[in-house]
Amino acid sequence: MSDLVSRVRAGDIRAAGRLISLIDRGEDLIEKVLPILFPFTGNAYRIGITGPPGAGKSTLASAICKRYLDAGQSVGILAVDITSPFTGGALLGDRIRMQGLTQDARVFIRSIGNGGVPGGLSRSARDAMRVLEAMGKDVVIVETAGVGQTDVEIAHSVDAVVLVTVPEAGDEVQALKAGILEVADIIVLNKKDRPEADGLGSELQDLVAGQHDTSDWQVPVLRTAARTGDGVDEVVEALILFETQGKRTGGFLTRRKVQAERELRERLRQRMIDRVDEQLGALDFETAVNEVVDGTADIYGVLDDLSSRLM
Amino acid sequence: MVAKVGLDGHDRGAKVVARALRDAGMEVIYTGLHQTAEEVVTAAVQEDVDVLGVSTLSGAHMTIFPKIFEKLRSLDAEDILVVGGGIIPPVEREALRAQGLSEFWGPGTHTGDIISFLKDAVK
Repeated sequence: MSDLVSRVRAGDIRAAGRLISLIDRGEDLIEKVLPILFPFTGNAYRIGITGPPGAGKSTLASAICKRYLDAGQSVGILAVDITSPFTGGALLGDRIRMQGLTQDARVFIRSIGNGGVPGGLSRSARDAMRVLEAMGKDVVIVETAGVGQTDVEIAHSVDAVVLVTVPEAGDEVQALKAGILEVADIIVLNKKDRPEADGLGSELQDLVAGQHDTSDWQVPVLRTAARTGDGVDEVVEALILFETQGKRTGGFLTRRKVQAERELRERLRQRMIDRVDEQLGALDFETAVNEVVDGTADIYGVLDDLSSRLM
Repeated sequence: MVAKVGLDGHDRGAKVVARALRDAGMEVIYTGLHQTAEEVVTAAVQEDVDVLGVSTLSGAHMTIFPKIFEKLRSLDAEDILVVGGGIIPPVEREALRAQGLSEFWGPGTHTGDIISFLKDAVK
């Protein structure tokens, strides 16, 4: 097991690919591997890219990645895409927009199905990111599945959230206001060459003015045409500024602490649920169901009786 | 992983197969057009795929497949099953089989046959 981890640390893509698969499939084995891996995580700048389907998340992720490579940094990309709730199958197509990056040995790209989990990420995303960090990547970019307004899971997993939207989303901006717009550290209005871009740009600027009252970071609204790379330099500048400023003011560390507490609580809750599910398996539901349906017992009394038998 | 390698713009078949496999409950990664053999194999290893399926309609298969096998060897990833689809003359199919091509499907293949082969091969 420690062999797998040392191969990951040495940048072995075979080992890293394997380990992420083990994590994604939830193999028992990973409970032994992850604690060995953990000490080598936490050093990367974690960037999340989120937004509605078709906004240009993959294209922007690719463009941002190129800028960091040009600056001499190494990059890991985790691209989450939708798993079919009906078949469990998935067509993971984010790599199509990231062509050319595979030639660079400093880049590691991994696609992952969201497994039908709401929020924009997969259950495995957090640990998969840790594998990329342990590979020694300077920057880890996480691209969410196409999201709606309530899919804010990314905000609990990264240091900086980039929200990508497009002029066509104009009518939806009001709706975005209450949800995902609140977790954005940087807003990117992509496809800026489209005619509706100007109006939406100023609308967005109005919306975010006065947000983040407690910090000194003013969320910028940046206009890009990610496919040509136009405006991407400004996005990367904002990302670097956000990182530098956050590290100076302590906001960076505070956010990581909040996230660590949240992850601990979430995972504890999951452990409790698993434990309860185990106990539920041992209860005699057949008798209980018959009593309720026959009318020989009321459902509330049966409920009390059953719950008294749980630990 | 469903891949297109080299100067070959015909991806209707690749997309039909990708979709059929998805609907059969598989996770499918499509590389997009015009990839090199090296890129495709690197991507397959990063994605830790069980099967690499290469669609070829350009006639360059006797160049592409050997390069793929070579790169798989160099990455210590020869356990990834390599299959293909498109146009390859029977005699060359045999030559490629000898090098490590597990299966090849030509025009008219039922997607159900591909699915059952893959489900059998990857347990």
